[in-house]
Amino acid sequence: MTSAIRLTGVRLGVAGRMVLNGIDLAIEPGEFIGVLGPNGAGKTTLMRAILGLIAPAAGRIEVFGAPAKPGNAAIGYLPQLRGGLGAPRLRGRDFVAAACDGQLFGLPLLDRGAARAVTAALAAVGAEALADRPIAALSGGERQRLLLAQALLGAPRLLLLDEPLISLDPRRQEELVALVRRLQLRSGVTVLFSAHDLNPLLGALDRVLYLGAGEAALGTVDEVITAPVLSRLYGTAIEVARVHGRVFVLGGGAEAEREAHRHEAHDHHHAAGA
Amino acid sequence: MPRVREMLAYSFMQNAFAASGIVAVLAGLVGFFLVLRAQSFAGHALSHIGFAGATGAALIGAPPLAGMLAFTLGGGVLMGALGEQVAQRDVAIGVVLSLALGLGVLFLHFFTSSAAQATSLLFGNVLGVDAGTIRALLALAVVGLAALAAIARPLLFASLHPELAEAKGVQLRLIAMLFLAIVALAVAEASQIVGVLLVFTLMVGPPATAQMLSTRFWTALPLAALLALAEAWAGLVLAYATDWPTSFWITALSGAAYGLAALGQRRAAAG
Ligand SMILES: Nc1ncnc2c1ncn2[C@@H]1O[C@H](COP(=O)(O)OP(=O)(O)O)[C@@H](O)[C@H]1O
Ligand SMILES: [Mg+2]
Repeated sequence: MTSAIRLTGVRLGVAGRMVLNGIDLAIEPGEFIGVLGPNGAGKTTLMRAILGLIAPAAGRIEVFGAPAKPGNAAIGYLPQLRGGLGAPRLRGRDFVAAACDGQLFGLPLLDRGAARAVTAALAAVGAEALADRPIAALSGGERQRLLLAQALLGAPRLLLLDEPLISLDPRRQEELVALVRRLQLRSGVTVLFSAHDLNPLLGALDRVLYLGAGEAALGTVDEVITAPVLSRLYGTAIEVARVHGRVFVLGGGAEAEREAHRHEAHDHHHAAGA
Repeated sequence: MPRVREMLAYSFMQNAFAASGIVAVLAGLVGFFLVLRAQSFAGHALSHIGFAGATGAALIGAPPLAGMLAFTLGGGVLMGALGEQVAQRDVAIGVVLSLALGLGVLFLHFFTSSAAQATSLLFGNVLGVDAGTIRALLALAVVGLAALAAIARPLLFASLHPELAEAKGVQLRLIAMLFLAIVALAVAEASQIVGVLLVFTLMVGPPATAQMLSTRFWTALPLAALLALAEAWAGLVLAYATDWPTSFWITALSGAAYGLAALGQRRAAAG
């Protein structure tokens, strides 16, 4: 069986700086992979390379057996949001519809099949009610659902979701993860889901891809989220604590400490909500 | 009614209606995407660059419209080639547009004979349009609209969600260059009617108003063209009736429509 994604000796640089240094890994069709790692570890860079938008400095990136190249219809993509979406006055449905074969030349007219596909994508993420509201009137979580609907257009076999939990409160985070997991179980799509925090993904993911210090570790939570592996990826002594089924990454590095605080903050939310 | 017949009997009025009609439709449709992409300042800059081109052309005895087109097209393609961020970089654009305006002043200084021409370049002179100009405006508008229709789909995608569009194979830089070339055409046309200083009134006012009145792409887009057309023609009628400048009336109507739409929107949001 061909892997969904196969990296062979991949070195990836951005703006002259090596971000990933000699990565070998294979992700199988139908897997839900949580992509983790500190800020700047290369989660976004890796996804853009899988999309063919960044060429590796060395090695090969294959997607379903073919070399990564832009315009691959098999991939759905939810980019990491920087700032707001364009066109605040436009209604949600038209925003999603713009991605429907949006790369073709001509007028942005949808035939009946395309219009149905847009409706189905909106329904799949529970965003029918958002379809007629202008983007400016939507909350962060509602916008993420529109972006997810766009990513689902064209029935992709691989979903690259780049930090879709950012700026969502813990309850919305859980809802979004559960939604992606449901969609994945129904369609068998392969999912790469990057996040700052492992805990919201724990119930959904099959394996973890942890990036750090130019390296990557791929495996189950028990294999990867361990003191030795994370210490190597963070380049500093890291401890892993488990409390009530949640995982906490603690250590001397500034990043790891910030991570630890984030986790604590989440727990306070939970305690207050419970 | 008799006054309407009297007004339409003048060939300069017929020309003015034809010219402003052609330009308004083009400006409204192109301006819609300009507003959608938050690039209206780039359109403003192109009009100033066009001013230098028009005055430079007058200086060497070439038709001002040709000079304006050459400069706006060059400027538009260059801005697109330098990348999305540059077209939205206010300071760099501001420096270039004042430089262009300064150059235009210098060209005018050497071309001393014509203060009237300077005024018509800056503030428009729709009542002075002749049949030859109308043919040129029509030809340019057809080219501009055909090009816009050809790239509208990837342009909309790239405007709303550039990262995803790029991943799906849209060539962002190519689309940006083509679009700014189309904007350059529309700017050169709009300058013929309302002058370089007031192209905003046709290219930004009506599309921005339309986007406040409807959240649907396929309603707001034609509405932008319709509003531009209505404002241009009503401006002509009011100018004929009052003998005040046409450009004043078009800007007044454009501003009033925008203000009313904004008020209505605020009322809707509050209520
Ligand atoms: N446009 C860019 N210019 C320069 N450096 C960049 C750019 N984008 C990313 N980088 C660098 O590449 C590294 C990886 O970034 P990124 O893939 O965004 O990490 P992550 O998504 O894991 O936070 C970071 O160290 C960042 O500084
Ligand atoms: Mg990132």
